[in-house]
Amino acid sequence: MGEKKLVYVDNNATTRVDEEVVHAMQPYFTGLYGNPSSIHSFGGQIAKKIADARGQVAELLGAQDTEIVFTSGGTESDNFAIKGVLEYFPDKKHIVTTKVEHHAVLSLCDKLAKEGYQVTKLSVDRKGNLDLNELRNSLRDDTAIVSIMYANNETGVIFPVEKIGQIVKERGITFHVDGVQAVGKIPINLKDSPIDLLSLSSHKYHGPKGIGALYIKRGTRIKPMIVGGHHERGRRAGTENVPGIIGLAKACELAQKYMQDELTRIKGMRDRLEEKILARFKNALVNGDRENRTPNTTNISFEYVEGEAILLYLDERGIAASSGSACTSGSLEPSHVLRAMGVPFTAAHGSVRFSLSRFNTDEDVDYILSELPPIIERLLEISPFGREVL
Amino acid sequence: MWEYTEKVKDHYMNPRNVGVIEDADAIGEVGNIVCGDALKLTLKVDKRSGKIIDAKFQTFGCGSAIASSSALTEMIKGKTLSEAEKITNQDIATYLGGLPQEKMHCSVMGKEALETAIARYRGKKLEREEEEEGKIVCQCFGVTDRKIEKVIRENNLTTVEQVTNYTKAGGGCGSCIPRIEEILKEVRGRKEEEKVEKKPSPRKGLTNLQRIQLVQETIEKSIRPQLQRDGGDIELIDIEGPKVLIALRGMCANCVAAEATVKGQIEAKLREFVDEDIIVEEVK
Repeated sequence: MGEKKLVYVDNNATTRVDEEVVHAMQPYFTGLYGNPSSIHSFGGQIAKKIADARGQVAELLGAQDTEIVFTSGGTESDNFAIKGVLEYFPDKKHIVTTKVEHHAVLSLCDKLAKEGYQVTKLSVDRKGNLDLNELRNSLRDDTAIVSIMYANNETGVIFPVEKIGQIVKERGITFHVDGVQAVGKIPINLKDSPIDLLSLSSHKYHGPKGIGALYIKRGTRIKPMIVGGHHERGRRAGTENVPGIIGLAKACELAQKYMQDELTRIKGMRDRLEEKILARFKNALVNGDRENRTPNTTNISFEYVEGEAILLYLDERGIAASSGSACTSGSLEPSHVLRAMGVPFTAAHGSVRFSLSRFNTDEDVDYILSELPPIIERLLEISPFGREVL
Repeated sequence: MWEYTEKVKDHYMNPRNVGVIEDADAIGEVGNIVCGDALKLTLKVDKRSGKIIDAKFQTFGCGSAIASSSALTEMIKGKTLSEAEKITNQDIATYLGGLPQEKMHCSVMGKEALETAIARYRGKKLEREEEEEGKIVCQCFGVTDRKIEKVIRENNLTTVEQVTNYTKAGGGCGSCIPRIEEILKEVRGRKEEEKVEKKPSPRKGLTNLQRIQLVQETIEKSIRPQLQRDGGDIELIDIEGPKVLIALRGMCANCVAAEATVKGQIEAKLREFVDEDIIVEEVK
């Protein structure tokens, strides 16, 4: 492969680690490798660095330092939040979530359902939005936790978590938000927010993989999931992933610095890409509420063309994107998110997600816009349904 | 990311024979857009020779579906219909250097389109149309018990996962999985019975040529390997009516138990596989 051209537009899957992040982490492998729990000053100095890092993460979220618990990433944070709250309230057997959550939440809820919990999965409309009345009516006296994502990984659709939180808190129920796709991309302020728990993952915004955090609002009732030493004030045992934590903190600092860029330049590139594609193909349609999305994501369906084939052709030209098509995942049905939205199967099979980051350029967008149309045209020629469009 | 072979990649990036033959003699359409893949195969057939002189396809589907369709058209061009109909879905996968297990249904789709086209050409009732009269087992993908049975038999499938990979059945909500397990048991049970029945019975009414071939085949497959294990060998000298003349070689030639070997093993095997009346004689 060597220096093959790469236009990476799969940033909702993972991102390139920022050079500054790598630079910040480097001293913590061979030089500052001490254990922060040690009594000696060689280890002890690391504890101070971790405290600073915790402060940096808290600042991005508008949280208190003590409300941040480091974990191994988004999936652990989601599991910790849900299992930890359920364990605290053993008599409450009801969970509310949505049909469009990430598998980190959905698969866990399905497992819990088999173990005797009752799970309500809220539906979404054609644009991917929730019905808050359905939410209100779903809450019960034995509801232990409501777990709803901030922004959807496939479509970018943002849920009104503040409003949802108010409804949930009126009933005194614990509210968890999977913030993995929102943190670092849109401004978040948890001060005075009804959100009790929020998951984040560093590698979604140019930090390293294997590190994340769970925000736990002061006073939230939750049991630890990983038990052992006294790390993280007894809430998450295990020697700290020191380089990871330093990297996460740096990623948070940079996310804050570039937030305006994300909101303007990246959004501008996304919108241009999307509009040009829609103008070019009458069989293209956007999945998700266009007015209410993370600024970097667009999910476009090409009717009568299959998504995996599009990705393979794009890959051949050095463009890395992703799809909600059945064939890409090994499952036989298209993405649960698109199905929950009622996207017709003719379109769901042909969905492509482009997710941008601050490392993308206008040239990247131009390149995609020049390479994509011949691919779609070719696949329409190959498709027996192509005539409907061509 | 799927592990596709170079040949699969070549066939989806540069598919052969894309399109529709306008005045096609045979058309096979299978699959539908809801299920995620569909294939339209059109053939031009030479009436006199029965040869497929042209084949074109259109496919809606993933890379391996396009590749399977493209491979199929390459495989059948120039073949007679009776040659083409012997192609199995495994043959398509083999032609491509293999397909990921999860993608085997793409090769099954190719095979089905070919079957449909040939049957249509012959004006016959389709096996697959009868199949559709079978009972739908998988509601999500509209797969009948007939189709599941057929694919299990043709590909020697043993697990539900394989059935899903080859037919998609069970890949949606999963509620039909218990029924697929039942079908697997039924088909395997029947296969066992077939094996018992098939236990080669002595055949009457063989022509001389068939007799000789069968004797040779039996010696090759069922007798020689055993003798060779003991350091010996066997040579077929002649066949005269019911008499089969053989010579023992190697260790067997001087074996004190040679007589027993000739009568007990060789004659018994030939009687079992070829003819009850066979008499084996050793030529020194």
